[in-house]
Amino acid sequence: MKKLLEFINNLDRRWIFLFIGLAVSLPLFFPLGIDFTVSHPVQGFYDTIEKVPNGSKILMSCDYDPGSLPELYPMTVAALEQMFRKDLKVIVTCLWPAGPPVVERALNHMAFEYKKEKGIDFVNLGFKEGREVVMVSMGASIPNTFPTDYNGTPVTQIQIMQGVTNFKDLAMIVNISAGYPGTKEWVQQVQARYNIDLVSGCTAVSAPEFYPYYQTGQLKGLLGGMKGAAEYEKLVGVMGLGTRGMDAQSVSHLTVFFFILIGNLAYFVLRALKGKEVK
Amino acid sequence: MTAEALGVWLGAGFTLCILSFLYKDNPFYKFAEHVFVGISAGYGVALQFHNVFLPNLWRPLIAGNLVMIVPLILGMFLFARFSARVSWLSRWSIGLLIGIYSGIAIIGFGSGDLVAQIHGNLLPLWGSDYLTSFNNWILCLGLIACLVYFFFSREHKGSFGFVARVGIYFLMISFGASFGYTVMSRMSLLIGRFYYLYGDWLHILPQ
Amino acid sequence: MRKEVPLIITFLAGAFFIADYFVPHTGFSHIAETINGWTIIVITFAYVLGVANVTRVNLDYIQRKGKDTPYKIILLICLLFMMTVGIVWGIAEGTIFDWFFINIYVPMQSMMFALLAFYIASAAFRAFRIRSTQAALLAITAVLVMIGRVPIGEAIWKDFSNFAEWIMNVPQLAGKRAILIGAALGAISTGLKVIVGLERTHLGAD
Repeated sequence: MKKLLEFINNLDRRWIFLFIGLAVSLPLFFPLGIDFTVSHPVQGFYDTIEKVPNGSKILMSCDYDPGSLPELYPMTVAALEQMFRKDLKVIVTCLWPAGPPVVERALNHMAFEYKKEKGIDFVNLGFKEGREVVMVSMGASIPNTFPTDYNGTPVTQIQIMQGVTNFKDLAMIVNISAGYPGTKEWVQQVQARYNIDLVSGCTAVSAPEFYPYYQTGQLKGLLGGMKGAAEYEKLVGVMGLGTRGMDAQSVSHLTVFFFILIGNLAYFVLRALKGKEVK
Repeated sequence: MTAEALGVWLGAGFTLCILSFLYKDNPFYKFAEHVFVGISAGYGVALQFHNVFLPNLWRPLIAGNLVMIVPLILGMFLFARFSARVSWLSRWSIGLLIGIYSGIAIIGFGSGDLVAQIHGNLLPLWGSDYLTSFNNWILCLGLIACLVYFFFSREHKGSFGFVARVGIYFLMISFGASFGYTVMSRMSLLIGRFYYLYGDWLHILPQ
Repeated sequence: MRKEVPLIITFLAGAFFIADYFVPHTGFSHIAETINGWTIIVITFAYVLGVANVTRVNLDYIQRKGKDTPYKIILLICLLFMMTVGIVWGIAEGTIFDWFFINIYVPMQSMMFALLAFYIASAAFRAFRIRSTQAALLAITAVLVMIGRVPIGEAIWKDFSNFAEWIMNVPQLAGKRAILIGAALGAISTGLKVIVGLERTHLGAD
């Protein structure tokens, strides 16, 4: 018994890596199909977009890079699905350098599915360096901040940008964010100044610190991590990576809980046994 | 083999190189790491060139907007750092950037965080249903206790120390929730990668 | 002059942008908009400066013939290749630049971040020891949120998700709000110190 506890206490971390690898892999091959309910912040995200009149213009700022793809790309796709279904005009910006090509793919894929036309129904304005300064600059003039789209076409020649000067000309902002710059800066610099409806999809790491913003109403909706993406996909009616990953998420969380439990059990039982031996 | 298929095999290969670090540091990981750093740095420069330099600086400048010489000069000043003799010029550009960001941050934190969050915590402690009232009491008392804990100008003893200890408990709950969500986030990233390897590369996932 | 002029610039820029929030004058806003546009450009040069520094450091290493010299050469070749291909042939979807980004950059960056999953599990096993009431509270909350926020939590107890949501909306929120308020006060005071010149570390040594 003592040898077993010592083995557990001194377990080589590569065994833990193996268990985690299996915990994530096996549910992908053998799905459990566990159902889940939708939480209020996610419902708020969906409802806020749903309330926007059809045909309105929305700004979608995709502030992430490939490092957060599994959490945020499903949110982006599901959001585009909902917006294109409502015939909303989507203006996309990126404040992270590695964001534009990823978002371009999502836009082109969804545009093909919904037969939307670039420049008329959506546009990818690309990336601008500057973080909060870009947000404040957009508050003055979006065309001056983004004189061309991602592919170099002047915005004066893009139909969707006609009549868009600043945030006052937009119905709401959808922010998909991986960190800094992201939701916090959009709340501080844009929502606080211009009082425009703002919803956020963010990584699970950031989500806990945005609950205060949701409670005050600065955020009208919040998607947190892959679970948030899965709940949102359920509302929109799509089966994306968010939903497909939920079983693996469940099993991996149970595995981490199991390791915390046996780690503590082994530590405290060994300590008690060693204490008895000393006596 | 199509370009797309070749790309997936290349991506999977590099993914496995990075994954090999779990066993131990090795030449495959080092190779992949250096390729990544090179590609990302080169990517950034090309992106900045097409998305910022050309549309925001170069085209307005050659179209006759001579005021754009100012940011061009300020930008070039940053490169003065490479020479010990004129490195002081870079401080002008850095001073401008730091001043602007400080000013914007003061406004952002003041209006977006400080005022709005205090306003958000001014909640009715009775009058609505029991659960809402209970929650509002927890929120108010919790916030006050945490802020008392953050007040280090007075020693945490007596009743002040008791309230500070309650504040620590609320902070521990916060950090525990953050840890739980962090685990969720990290596992999601791994799920995404395994989905790519099993699905997009090997095509062995069930439909 | 070498330190005073940057301090004056910092003060003027900071004070101007604080005033911009309160002054509704169109002329004032127009000047702020212009300076914002300049900032975006200057920051871009700062990014390029960073890349130039990476190049310089690696060239120095290659000259000194360190043991990782072949890797540094590969790094510089990839940097130069990606930069040239992107600048010359463009960055749109379908270009060589885009192909390398999607098939090399994306998988590698994704996997680098995904490695953290293994390390967090290992860290949770080794370091998460419940030695005090505070540690116990942290651990219990972490477990409740971890299980409650995934579908298996709802399968164990149908209100588990609602309970986890209550934790996020009430006690957790109180702590996070206190941190937000504290951080806001800190950021405002640091910003003011920088603007009035009490904080000068950004200007470097003399």
